Amino acid sequence: MTKQPAIELKNITKTFGKVVANKNVNLTAYRGEILSILGENGSGKTTLMNMISGIYFPDEGQIFIDEKEAHITSPKDAFSYKIGMIHQHFKLVDVFTAAENIVLGIENGKYNLKESMNEIKSISSQYGFELNPEKKIYTMSVSEKQTVEIIKVLYRGADILILDEPTAVLTPQETEKLFDILRRMRDDGKCIIIITHKLHEVLSLSDRVSVLRKGEYVGTVNTAETNEAELTEMMVGKKVDLNIHRDEPKNTRDRLVVNSITCVDRTGATVLDNVSFAAKSGEILGIAGIAGSGQRELLESIAGLQRLEYGDIFYFDPKTGKKESLRDKTPVQIRNMGVRLSFVPEDRLGMGLVGNMDIVDNMMLRSYTKGKSFFLKRKKPKDLAMKIINDLEVVTPSASTPVRRLSGGNVQKVLVGREIAASPTVLMVAYPVRGLDINSSYMIYNLLNEQKEKGVAIIFVGEDLDVLIELCDRIMVIGSGKITGVVDARTTTKDQIGLLMTKSDNDGKENGNG
Amino acid sequence: MIIQFICRAILLGVPLLYGSTGEIITEKSGHLNLGIPGIMYVGAISGVAGSFIYENACGNDLANMNPVLAVIIPFLCAIAGSVIMGLIYSFLTVSLHANQNVTGLAITTLGIGLGNFLGASLINITESELPSIALTKTSSFFSTQLPFADKLGWFGELFLSHDFLTYLAIVIAIIVSFVLKRTRVGLNLRSVGENPATADAAGINVIRYRYVATCVGSAIAGLGGLQYVMAYANGVWSNNAFGDRGWMAIALVIFALWNPSSAIIGSFLFGALCNANNYIQGLGTETQELFKMLPYVVTIVVLIITSMRKKREHQPPQSLGLPYFREER
Repeated sequence: MTKQPAIELKNITKTFGKVVANKNVNLTAYRGEILSILGENGSGKTTLMNMISGIYFPDEGQIFIDEKEAHITSPKDAFSYKIGMIHQHFKLVDVFTAAENIVLGIENGKYNLKESMNEIKSISSQYGFELNPEKKIYTMSVSEKQTVEIIKVLYRGADILILDEPTAVLTPQETEKLFDILRRMRDDGKCIIIITHKLHEVLSLSDRVSVLRKGEYVGTVNTAETNEAELTEMMVGKKVDLNIHRDEPKNTRDRLVVNSITCVDRTGATVLDNVSFAAKSGEILGIAGIAGSGQRELLESIAGLQRLEYGDIFYFDPKTGKKESLRDKTPVQIRNMGVRLSFVPEDRLGMGLVGNMDIVDNMMLRSYTKGKSFFLKRKKPKDLAMKIINDLEVVTPSASTPVRRLSGGNVQKVLVGREIAASPTVLMVAYPVRGLDINSSYMIYNLLNEQKEKGVAIIFVGEDLDVLIELCDRIMVIGSGKITGVVDARTTTKDQIGLLMTKSDNDGKENGNG
Repeated sequence: MIIQFICRAILLGVPLLYGSTGEIITEKSGHLNLGIPGIMYVGAISGVAGSFIYENACGNDLANMNPVLAVIIPFLCAIAGSVIMGLIYSFLTVSLHANQNVTGLAITTLGIGLGNFLGASLINITESELPSIALTKTSSFFSTQLPFADKLGWFGELFLSHDFLTYLAIVIAIIVSFVLKRTRVGLNLRSVGENPATADAAGINVIRYRYVATCVGSAIAGLGGLQYVMAYANGVWSNNAFGDRGWMAIALVIFALWNPSSAIIGSFLFGALCNANNYIQGLGTETQELFKMLPYVVTIVVLIITSMRKKREHQPPQSLGLPYFREER
């Protein structure tokens, strides 16, 4: 079979102010193949694809479609070249139905939703989607929303599909289903480009892999002829040890016991339903689950930020062994009780740090109540800030730079550094490596392991199941606010966790608090 | 008595209906236009100026006036004046990314100031003793009743006795409802107000939709001002007589849950509530003021009920009041 190039990029360069997002990128994708664009966060994958889909326009270079030069200046142009992009953050109108979203922006032809629905149904059955076109978006699950996005571009007749991190929000089972659909589309002659930073997905799905590093094109390899180590080296630019070090937990003792807590949100919906578990010292307890299943509320209840309807949370003091209840206590009260609780929330610049303040001031947020003087003492926080910058290799012009201006990885290092500096006995981290490059991610894993060694009870909310399985000692799975199972990370599989993530209410009760 | 009360309520409600239909179109594009009171005021004074010039051109003689021109000239003037205000608002918020609330309030202040300035100038020209302009001749063309209105008893009075701007208001509200719900333009417009990034990615020109929706909305709102002067006030303009009708129109948008068809009923209800104090015997001055609050109380009650029911379709457009830049992700 001779390969037909669907899209070719030649010497594409794009800069935002002084920042070079893409530099001299050359790339070719053929019809009837799945091409992965692999690169770390900030390597310019999304910018590159946004230029193909008309969101941005390249500063230099040319784009060829079917071997003819194309000028794509708007999303509309991209549609006319039959290019469809499925964005990482879904571009859907919540109060519209699936069908309304799918036909949105199509100018030609009569506006007839009934006819459109029939067409949507025939596309669905052709590729094996399951979708009710009359369902409103805000009542849909993430995977359903993604289905709408994909059908949206197919409905416009796209035969070059670009998917930006499509599996970031899916369970392993949903991912498999999506991959089946993508393979079916490939066999149908479509050109599929998938942006990702997950190596195992690249290897299982794509035909070829193109790697970007810091905005530059590194190279393209056939998937069949490569392996994880080689791809990582291309991505990072140096050899990286991909194994996460894990010791057996020592001297585990109950540090934090959560006893059947229930929480409701502002609308009265139950977000945590009868959750019980124990976090032990010297152990990393992983929490897995589909985004928004109650992970945030769980951590916030422990930190004293969420009102409990029922249940109780007990803390066991490591020195005295005294049992204390944290229920209905504010964060300050909890701290005054001598409970050393550190919390790295998922919303770093919202709940964790103040974006407009510099590193020193952010250090002070945790210690400002110390000391009796009317004036603040800046010496200690300043020393701490310098120590964190040195130890964790934070890239910043100075300690007085507003943290908002640092990159995601460096912001995270500042936050984790501050929380660990409080020498906690319980450390809660939510998605600590989200948006971080591989090196920074491994540095965070090492920090967590150090804390575990010191006997800290660590609660780790993660999204990458591979990491959870490699790093944690036990993994607790949460689904719709209920604990659907607790597994041993050393013996479990991704499939087992994936099944627990989507488990229905009924079978959750039988082996719930296992 | 009851018939008269209802007719009066309709007459009072129609300016609100225009204002809120215009504001609904604007809000559906994501613009919270708090300039509506000023725009309605400018619409009214523009219409007054237009008809003033025409009446003078005809030598203030009813016999010389062409009924069609007498209606069309103020009508077009009102639209032109309010569209200019809408353009200023759109230019500031869309093209210059100014804060919508601040811009809206500025437009209201500007519109009322401009209206009072023009009004005072016209009053000055007439050299009249009273601080008002009477355009009774033009007004008589505006409030021409439908045939048979006075021959069909209560039916005629209730359904046929109104001025043509009242019927136009209802027709516009129904058409706007239909366009929003059933047409591609409506779908596109709603998507711009809900999620402009999505609309942009779908190939919809967000900037154009926001400009056009705001200007069309302003034009409709401006007609409300015209109706107030020509039908309600019998062609008599005096500064600041328009009152807080513009704010009530914005309250009516919330009351009608962003649906112009519901705004029809809502506007009549608001009209009735505004007027109730005149029909209830034995009210003191202070209790009258309490009655005048009723439309706002009702709006607050509706807000409480809808936010308790939490139905997503009854919430304001999601991006209402937010600017849109493409390059910002």
